[in-house]
Amino acid sequence: MGVSADTNATATVDGAMDQSVDEFAAAVGTSGPVSVAGMATRGGAVEGIRTVRAPAGIVRVDAAEMVVECGAATPVADVHRALAEVGQTVSMPPGGTVGGALAVGASDVTRLGHGPLRDVLLQTRFVGAGGAVTKAGGPTVKNVSGFDLCRLLVGSRGTLGFLGDVILRTRPLPPASGWCTSTRDPFELLATLYRPVSILWDGTTTWIRLDGDPGDLESTMASSGLEAADGPPNLSGRHRWSFPPAELVDLRDAEPGSFVAEIGVGVVHRREVAPDRRPDPAIRSLHDRIKNQFDPTARLNPGIDPLSTGAAS
Amino acid sequence: MNDAVAAALRQRIDPARVRTGATETRLYRRDASNMTGRAGIVVFAESTADVRAAVSVAGRFGVPFLARGSGTGLAGGAVPPDDAIVISTAKMNRIISVDPENRQAWVEPGVLNLDLSKQIAHLGVHFAPDPSSQQTCSIGGNVANNSGGPHCLADGVTSAHILALEVVLPDGSVVTLGGEDPEPDGLDLRGAFVGSEGMFGVATKVCVRLMQNHPDVATMLMEFDSVGDGAQLVSDIIAAGIVPAAVEMMDQLCLQAVEAWLHAGLPTHAAAALLIECVGPAGQVASEVTRIRELADARGVASVRVAANDAERAELWKARKGAFGAVANIKPNYYLHDTVVPRARLAEVIEKVYEITARYGIDVINVFHAGDGNLHPLLVYDAREDGVVDKVHAAGREIVTFSVEVGGVLSGEHGIGLEKRDLMPLMFSEVDLAAQEALRVAFDPQLIANPDKVLPNPATCGDLHSVPDGAWV
Repeated sequence: MGVSADTNATATVDGAMDQSVDEFAAAVGTSGPVSVAGMATRGGAVEGIRTVRAPAGIVRVDAAEMVVECGAATPVADVHRALAEVGQTVSMPPGGTVGGALAVGASDVTRLGHGPLRDVLLQTRFVGAGGAVTKAGGPTVKNVSGFDLCRLLVGSRGTLGFLGDVILRTRPLPPASGWCTSTRDPFELLATLYRPVSILWDGTTTWIRLDGDPGDLESTMASSGLEAADGPPNLSGRHRWSFPPAELVDLRDAEPGSFVAEIGVGVVHRREVAPDRRPDPAIRSLHDRIKNQFDPTARLNPGIDPLSTGAAS
Repeated sequence: MNDAVAAALRQRIDPARVRTGATETRLYRRDASNMTGRAGIVVFAESTADVRAAVSVAGRFGVPFLARGSGTGLAGGAVPPDDAIVISTAKMNRIISVDPENRQAWVEPGVLNLDLSKQIAHLGVHFAPDPSSQQTCSIGGNVANNSGGPHCLADGVTSAHILALEVVLPDGSVVTLGGEDPEPDGLDLRGAFVGSEGMFGVATKVCVRLMQNHPDVATMLMEFDSVGDGAQLVSDIIAAGIVPAAVEMMDQLCLQAVEAWLHAGLPTHAAAALLIECVGPAGQVASEVTRIRELADARGVASVRVAANDAERAELWKARKGAFGAVANIKPNYYLHDTVVPRARLAEVIEKVYEITARYGIDVINVFHAGDGNLHPLLVYDAREDGVVDKVHAAGREIVTFSVEVGGVLSGEHGIGLEKRDLMPLMFSEVDLAAQEALRVAFDPQLIANPDKVLPNPATCGDLHSVPDGAWV
């Protein structure tokens, strides 16, 4: 991988994937049950059937276009590291592979300020159930050419196609960034802080992440009574529950420490697994029709049902 | 057939709002593109129940239906297929609820884009997507087209601002896609629906995400002696880690046309001007403005004008958003294009646009979202001149083709509709298009929701209509 910075200060990094998307498609094949394996950080492949591995490697980091192109099996950490070299990042939760993060679709705790994970996927070449390489989306940030298959694929848990390579939207690293804590009411902070990146609350302590100009951060911390902190609370071993953000005020009655809530977003991290919610029959039927259109023999990640993800962490 | 369909509609919808007269059917045969179709019946829906009734009747009789907002679409997405039921959602224009703390609002699809932001301005929030037509376009139309606008550079296009949708599916069932909660179970059907150009059903309620208003804002107008220098500055700014709220470019003919109309003090001698807006806390805005001015100096900027107050800022934005009106001073007709190219290729593509239009002897105005690489070449002409319309279409096709060739896309915000339907193969293979068709068939097995749009020669559609005059075929 070579790094170059031309006279336009448009830093680009060029590299290659360890296999082509066509080779990946050949491995997926055209028949028989098959699952895709990454680093097994988000549940792993379906057990007991043939598994394939997507291409890995960063093809291109283009700071001036604010995009990174890489194989789906590229570790998220590698992408974050390569982007940091050109002063950028991508809003993707750490750990595992890019493809795994996109297939599960869960956003990072910075969703309040940086937006959901689903918005970072600009283009992908995925392998469909018929074994063909299929392109969805386009390489530019703005694009309304055809139906938005990229949004459909994020969170589809590999049931409609296996991601081969992707082009992701990046964002500049802020001049300054930091976590703070406060004992103030988190809902009051949500109402008064200007575009905080994250507000987490466990019933006692509020954690706030701020990005921006160093002077602005300093004055915000002083005026809002925020204390500098090392980082967000540890959320490992907790499961995701999803509530309308307006309902989070009900957590005032919950036992402090039994949860960490993303204020203004609605994700609540608990030690218990979220119960399955009963889907609307019309939504169930629409899911079935989509699955049947994309994978009529149900060979891709068999047994996985995106509508029944309550047990996923 | 039409009479039987109308009678069935009038059994379920107030007959006064089911219209078959020539006035209505002629009015609703077109949108803001230059294509026309033929509306059979126009239904003025006032509720989800009305929409559901109209969709159900369409399904029962197997006739196509088409939802229509304000009709400001530029790609023919709201041009009715022959004898379609046109369902106008213009009367569904209530803001249902606003939650300023959690920054969400439920609105009906007929609410106008700018009306929403005006109505909630006192709560310190706004709806970010701001197409140039924002005074007249509807939220429902924004959802159908996944609309953009100048301020989508920093905050993203419509899809990023839609949390949930109540939708009447083509089979008449009413479902909620997405949710107020961040992680609804299942596939992101909300995301699939946004930008589906009316082919997946009709949105009847929309839950939008609201953005906090900015504590500080700076708006700059910079003039350049060459388009290339201005375009390079755009890449420099992004590469320097700054994403302004908006970066818009106007070329010389545009500046001259707008100045002749608005007298905003625009630099009419400049080859191009950039309108750049930075927003945020005061410290951030100040440091971004300083850095951008340094970068501009390095690119030989001829002058920098910083809006001194809100009135001057409004004047600069009026000049930008009013550009399309100003062209009437040059020629009576225009054809507005919409492609996206990598920022680094902007200067090269603009030069190509000049070369193509010069070859066809057509005047062109460039006014566009430079920060996104989203070009809007505006071909101005007089349709009364012999053969000029053919030249406009041929030049347009070359511009679109070149944009895709340099790594761009067919449309940044106007959509595909009828206009670019048959250009889809420039960007997508048969396999790619089959995947899009698969999604469409899952939503609309009967293929009655705004058929014939977006996907070329749908193999599964046995009722293929011809593309109306004026579209590129």
